[in-house]
Order: sequence, then C-alpha cells, then structure tokens
Amino acid sequence: MSIYSEKDAKAILDKVIKLCKADECTATLSGSIDGNIRYALNAVSTSGIISNADLVVQVAFGKRVGTATINEFDDKSLEKVVRRAEELAKLAPENPEFVPAIGKQKYGETKTWFDKTAAITPEYRAGVAADSIGPSKAANCVAAGFLSDSARFSAIANSNGNFAYQTSTNVDFTCTVRTEDGTGSGWVARNLADVEQFNAKDEIKVAVQKATASRDAKALEPGKYTVIMEPAASAGLISFMMSGFDARQADEGRSFLSKKGGGNKVGEKLYDERVTIFADPADPVAGVLPWDDEGLPRERTPIITKGKVDFMQYSRYWAKLKEKNATGQPGNLIMVGGDKSTMDLVKSTKKGILVTRTWYIRMVDPQTVLLTGLTRDGTFYIENGEIKYPIKNFRFNESPIIMLNNIEEIGKPVRVGDDESPFVMMIPPLKIRDFTFTSLSDAV
Amino acid sequence: MQRRDFIKATGIGLGALMLPIYGRAIATEELVSKLDVALKKQLADTAMTAAKADGASYCDVRIGRYLRQFVITREDKVQNVVNTESTGVGIRVIANGTWGFAASSDLSADSVARAARQAVQIAKANSKLTIEPVQLAPVTGVGEVSWATPIVKNAMEVPIKDKVDLLLGVNAAALKAGANFVNSMLFQVNEQKYFASTDGSYIDQDIHRIWAPMTVSAIDKGTGKFRSRDGLSMPAGMGFEYLDGNKEGKIALPGGVVGYSDSYDMLEDAVAAAKQAKEKLKAPSVKPGKYDLVLDPSHLWLTIHESVGHPLELDRVLGYEANYAGTSFATLDKWKSKDFQYGSDKVTLVADKTQKHSLGNVGFDDEGVKTQRWDLVKDGVLVNYQAIRDQAHILGLDHSQGCCYADSWSSVQFQRMANVSLEAGRDKLSPEEMVKDVENGIYIIGDGSFSIDQQRYNAQFGGQLFYEIKQGKITRMIEDVAYQIRTPEFWNACVAICDKSDYRMGGSFFDGKGQPGQSSAVSHGSSTARFNGINVINTARSLG
Repeated sequence: MSIYSEKDAKAILDKVIKLCKADECTATLSGSIDGNIRYALNAVSTSGIISNADLVVQVAFGKRVGTATINEFDDKSLEKVVRRAEELAKLAPENPEFVPAIGKQKYGETKTWFDKTAAITPEYRAGVAADSIGPSKAANCVAAGFLSDSARFSAIANSNGNFAYQTSTNVDFTCTVRTEDGTGSGWVARNLADVEQFNAKDEIKVAVQKATASRDAKALEPGKYTVIMEPAASAGLISFMMSGFDARQADEGRSFLSKKGGGNKVGEKLYDERVTIFADPADPVAGVLPWDDEGLPRERTPIITKGKVDFMQYSRYWAKLKEKNATGQPGNLIMVGGDKSTMDLVKSTKKGILVTRTWYIRMVDPQTVLLTGLTRDGTFYIENGEIKYPIKNFRFNESPIIMLNNIEEIGKPVRVGDDESPFVMMIPPLKIRDFTFTSLSDAV
Repeated sequence: MQRRDFIKATGIGLGALMLPIYGRAIATEELVSKLDVALKKQLADTAMTAAKADGASYCDVRIGRYLRQFVITREDKVQNVVNTESTGVGIRVIANGTWGFAASSDLSADSVARAARQAVQIAKANSKLTIEPVQLAPVTGVGEVSWATPIVKNAMEVPIKDKVDLLLGVNAAALKAGANFVNSMLFQVNEQKYFASTDGSYIDQDIHRIWAPMTVSAIDKGTGKFRSRDGLSMPAGMGFEYLDGNKEGKIALPGGVVGYSDSYDMLEDAVAAAKQAKEKLKAPSVKPGKYDLVLDPSHLWLTIHESVGHPLELDRVLGYEANYAGTSFATLDKWKSKDFQYGSDKVTLVADKTQKHSLGNVGFDDEGVKTQRWDLVKDGVLVNYQAIRDQAHILGLDHSQGCCYADSWSSVQFQRMANVSLEAGRDKLSPEEMVKDVENGIYIIGDGSFSIDQQRYNAQFGGQLFYEIKQGKITRMIEDVAYQIRTPEFWNACVAICDKSDYRMGGSFFDGKGQPGQSSAVSHGSSTARFNGINVINTARSLG
C-alpha cells in the first residue's frame, strides 16, 4: 500500500525537516498505485500493477543545492537520505540562479480524488479489454488498446513551515480498431479523474464505426482546407504552443512571443477574439493539484483572453530578476467554447474535412511555432453538412497561432489527455479555415 | 510516459527538454561500485529453482543496476548535476505456455524467490486467455561469461569538476564566437546487467554509453529572428575518450563543415556552431521544389531510424504496437514475395548489434541470445525483419536475432530496434566528389525536425545546416528547408553512396516504444548518400 494518509505523510516530512542541518530543506513525498492492461490483435498482451512511493529531499547550503531520493521511510533511511542530500550540496558548484525556498503558502481547494477510480480492480481492467475486443471482433475488426489508471498522493513541506497534502486519481484509455483487411482504422480516447464517467462499451462503438467507415479512402489533393478538428486533433498543437509562453525564453528573444528589440508580447492581441484559454486548478472536470512543481500555489490564471496574450510563465529566478510575481505553473489548459458538438460543426460546414486525431507532431520552426504531423484513424470529407466519404490521411504543416486566427466556429470543450503534453486539457471541437495540408499519406 | 517520469532542463531552444529520470539519486562515488557476481548467480539460481518448483517450464532472471549521470549547463552556469541508480531483479517465466513477469527492488533471497513464484502465478492466471502457447527459438546455454563495452576511460570515474569545466569551456567558446545562448549537456549511462536462464546461461555485462549534446543560439534583435545550431556529435557506446577530440575522428566536409566520427571535439564544434547559427539568421529561404539531396551521416541516421528501423520491427508488422507507435507498410506478404524493392540496388541495410562504438552494441541481448549482424534489405530487396525468441518461428527462423531489450530490471523485455545502418558504397567516392555531380541540389548536415506516419510511409525531415548545390558547386547556405518522402520511393531514389572512408554513425539516446513506454538507445551508420528528385518544402511562415 503506497497511499499514505495526510497524518502519516506529515509525520515523515516533519522528521526530514528536523533532521536537516543545511540552511534550508524542501521535501516531497509522493506515492501511487498504477494499474494497466494492454491488448492487441484482439487478445490481452500484458497487464500489471506497480506500487511505489518516493521521498525527494532537496537541501541548500548558501547557493549550493543537493537532491537525494529514497523509497524507504524508517528513521534510519530518513537520516541517510538527508545526509546524502547534504553531502551532494557541499560538493555541488554554486548555482548563481539559486532562489531560496518558498515561504508558507495558502492553497485553494481542488477536486482531484474519486473513490471509484482508486478502487479499480484487475477484473475491471480485464472487463474493459473484453468490452473493446468483443464488439471489434463482431464487426470483423481488430482491437489494440491500453487502459492505465492511477491513485496517488502528494505531500510537500519545507523548513519555512510550508506543508500541503492531496490525493488524486486518473484514468486514461485509448483504443485503436482496425478492419481485418487493414483498409480502415478508427480510434477512441478518454481521459478522466472519475472512472464512473467511463463506459468502454459506449466508447468502443466510436472506434469500430470509424474503422469500418474509413475503408476505401479517396485521395484529395493536398492544400488549404476548412477542417473540423475533434478536440483530440487540436489539443497537441495547442499544448505545443504553450512552451513559447516561458517569459525568459521570450525576453531572451527566442520565442514566438519575443518582441522585436527586446521584451515580450504580453498584452498584444495575437489570436482571433473568440479565443480564450485559462488555467484553473479547481475546474470540476479537469481539476489538478493546487500547487506546481515548486510548491507555488496554482490559481485561476487567464492565458489568452479574447485573443490577447494575458500570461507569461515566470520561473522564480526570472521573476526576481524582472521584478515580477512568480505564480504557480498551470497544470491544466481550459479553452472556452460554446455548446455545439463535433457533429453540429459538421452540419454547418459546406465543404471541409473532419479530423479525428493528429499524430507525431513535431516543431519545425520555433520562430512561428510551425508544427508538422499527420491525421490518423478517421479522416473524412464533408459536403453540405454531411460526412460524404473517407479520405486518405494528410501531413500538415501549420502553426497553432495561425490556426487560432482562422477560427470559424468553436464547439463544446471536453477533457483530453495527451501522452506528449504536461497538461490536463479542456479543448472544444474547432472549425478552422485554410488549414494547411502539404502531402498525402498512404498510411491507414 | 507519465509526466512524473521526467525531470525538466529548461532553456533548450523553445521550451523544456524533458529527460526521463530513473531510480534514486546517489552520490558520485556510488557510480563506480558494482554488485558481486557470485551473489548475483546465487540469487538467479534461487529464482530459477523457485520458478521451476512452481511449474515454470522456462525462467530468465535479470539482475540490473542502472546508473545514470546528467550534467546540464547553460552559458556560464551549471543548471543541474543528477546521479541516479536503480537496482533490482526482473523475473520472466513460461508456465502453461504463457509468459508471466514479476520484479522487485528487494534483492534478498526470500524476496527474489517470492517474485519468481508471483511470476509463475501470473503466467498461470493469464494462460486461461492464451490462444497460442509461446514458442521459443532455441538458445544454447553459454555457462558463466562476461562482456563489457570496449571503453578506454570510464566516464563515471571522471570527476564532476572536469565535466563542468569542459562544458563551461565549450559554452564560453561559443559565446566568444558570437552566440547569444548556449546549452550543453553530458549524459552518461552504465548498465550493469546480469542475465541467467534455465537454458544454462549466466551472463554478466557492463555496458557504457555517452552523449554530449548542445544547442547554440543566435538572435537578431533588430528583426526578432532567432536561429540555433545543434552540435554534430553522435551518442556512442564509448567511455569518456569519445570527448578527446582526436584529429583521426574529424572529417572535412564540403562547405567547410567539420564532421565527427568516434572522437568529438566539442569545443571546436561549439565555435563552428556559433558562427553557423549567426550565418543562418541571414541565409536566404529555400525555393520549394524537387531537389537532389546529398545527406550527411549526421542527418541520414534519423531518416534510417524512422523509415527503415521502425517499419522492420516484427512486432509492429504483426500489429502489437497498433495502438501506440503504429503498424508497418512493410507487411509479411511483401517480404514473402522476395521481390519487394524497398530501395534501389545500391541500398543494403543491415541490422547489427555487434558494431563497435554503437549504442546498441552488447554481447548478449536481454534474453541471453548472442548478438549478431544480418541483412534487412539486400541490394534493394526486403529480405528480413528484427525478431526475438518468441517471434522467430513466424519468419521460419531457427534462432532469435538477439534484439530483445528492457530499459530497467522492472520492465518486461521486448523486441527493440537493433542498430540499423546503410552499407557504404563499394566504389571509391567522397562527399566532395558526390557534390560535383549534382546540378540542382541541397546538402543537409545534422538532424532536425522529424515526423512520420503510423505505417512509416510519409515522413518529413529538417536538419541543422542546408547548403545549396548548383552545377556541382556549393553556392551558399540556405534556410527553411524540410523534405517530404514516401519511404519506398525515397530509398529507390538513392543513386549513390560514398565509400566506407566517410562512414559515420548517429543515434538516438532515448527511443520510445511500448505502453507503458520504455526507452532504448540505438545507432545508425551510413556514408553520405544521394537521393534524386526529392520534394522540398519551405517552412518559413509569417505571423503577421
């Protein structure tokens, strides 16, 4: 069992702080129970449960910092890890960018724990696999999927008297369904904190339908098209863009938010005025811990408001240098939308392309955040409000900044997880004009 | 990979470089100690005895100590020094024809025996769902043997101060040469791996890898433009001697660029990078269209990795990776036809886990199979894949190809990419001579942006340095270049490959695969090669 209670976690952290002889000490204790099941070719391939807990101790003598970790928490082990961190600090070169530990903080309340998720059993996981494989087989399709779930606790403390404790749960499900002849492929994904909102039987229908409907895809010429991006299709592009919001990178002149001649573009309108993105740790659907990796409190933070850049991310060092407030790094991204579903956006489209998801997104030019990647697992041509036929996948070369200027319509946000993103996201389906596809892919 | 598996090193180009972090942080002195071999054999025997007693027909035991050291700097500052260690045992068994696996960080005899019994229990439980029992290609036990990466200087024994001095010296040289920012790093890995199996093998291996990447950036404040040039080093299966910068490791390339093979002069490269990053700020933008591409090995390795290495992994071909990395266009029917033209007749691509100084070089893989070299594409024709013991029968092979790997004692070993390389041309040809023959081309050095579809057909690659070639001469540096390919057409457009005197390797230190994700390190060698009529796009955009 590696989910410690607040009382037990505090007792361990208090001992660590007391043991430390350095100028300051920050300790983080976290633990999780992670379960997973993987299946492919309509059969379970691997499943497992990993239980782990870790204590990270960071101490400083002046500007010399040392960090050590351990996964045993008896008194002797705690003494050992503190002394090791102290030894490493004494050996470390001085860090000229050192900033002392944060003071005592006040954190807001966020909802991140759901009992039902923490109670997921191996039988439940096997059931999800069976619920994916059964309908796929029945439709002459082949399922490959992965379900992972976690229950974890996080506790932080430092020698300035700061302390916080919280538990959280997460479920991530992805399933790719391919027709037996390999000519069609569909996909579905769900990311949730509360497993009660998840029903694999319902979800798998989407993937099976997309797989069978995407057979015999026609080739369209690459070029600029109106696209309906399902939430998972644009999430990766939006998440990639966020790396440019680092204030230091921008002030140093190496971000799309750098200003000619120096400084950054905070306050400038760079997007369509319907674009509003904010972070809110207390969001009821996409809640995250109320503190970031540094222990700074996360608060509701406007990032882009009506197209205007409202936020730059300051590290504590850069904030001090620039006389700004360092605030908690966002843990989620919430894009404001309306009430329409993806299919509602399709209905209002005269000619366009429906994109289920995008894949292998990589930075081509950080100057403009030009990204490349491909459509995958369900790309369809739309005419007069109806899905007409499946089309071959495209490679795109597009910047999310341009994409978020070419907005036609915004739908209702849904929670999206992305294994290449550090954020929990609420992203709406988007109708975008002039989205740039540069070549065709034969991949199914 | 979950977010918690990474540490962040901010300031690399745009945004954060995410590094996988493994195990616990330790003091530097602990990086040079080793576990006792006799103790490891005793524990392995304990595990195998327990597994067999509970009904396992096969058992393998991996006792691993994984050590890593990262040194991360920018300009005149050390941002982080991280030492980590992860030690434990992973036990894999076959019972009732089904795999079972369990792992423990506790190396007491009781714990190891318990893990072995747990693995058998899991195998038996999973066997209820088994459609076909596991078929293992035979392996003859080798008894007690050892293997070590042929290193001259153990990087873990080099004092941190020397490493910090090297990197800060590199940064200072780049800044002096006109760079505005420099990030430089040293990654060092030592895998102390013990493998034992009921086939009668007890294999002790000591594996070393090193990588010294850097990014040098130049800014034009007036125009707001910024450009960077990454180092031209290769990650290598070598010790600290890789950073000696011997002249034998240098190669003079067209355009006045210096390339490196198995000895890297990081300081010299930093100065060149600073000058070239500044030159990139003013370089004209490419005119899109069809070009003949001349690709340096420091660039071509990544194209080989994505368009040959991955699609010829048998588990992808069969569909086991369909939900994550994808499947493959190189289906079994193409291989069975014996005439699928993967590339032109100039193209021979080999898998080789025995290649000296490569990242994937080991004596035995993680299921005790002696490593080997075999053809994947011979004179342009697809002839083989990469397979492990339980896949060999699918290809009609009577042996595994020895490319099984787990990134930790706690991860289940599975099929990973061998070093996959393009054979050098048989006729004498240098890069200079190759360029002389090109009328309208682009010479590309260094790896850049990369993206490929889930069946490995459509790919797009950038680079670090681009030079225009007109009528056999390099005319100028150009910018905003990316090329798009369809894999078989690209390799069939290969018309010339330089000879072996130009042969160099590149590689990936963190190649991801699987769910949950595992990372492996793999090299890809080639000589400079020419590809005719490739589609080049212009990547410059205006944000208005």
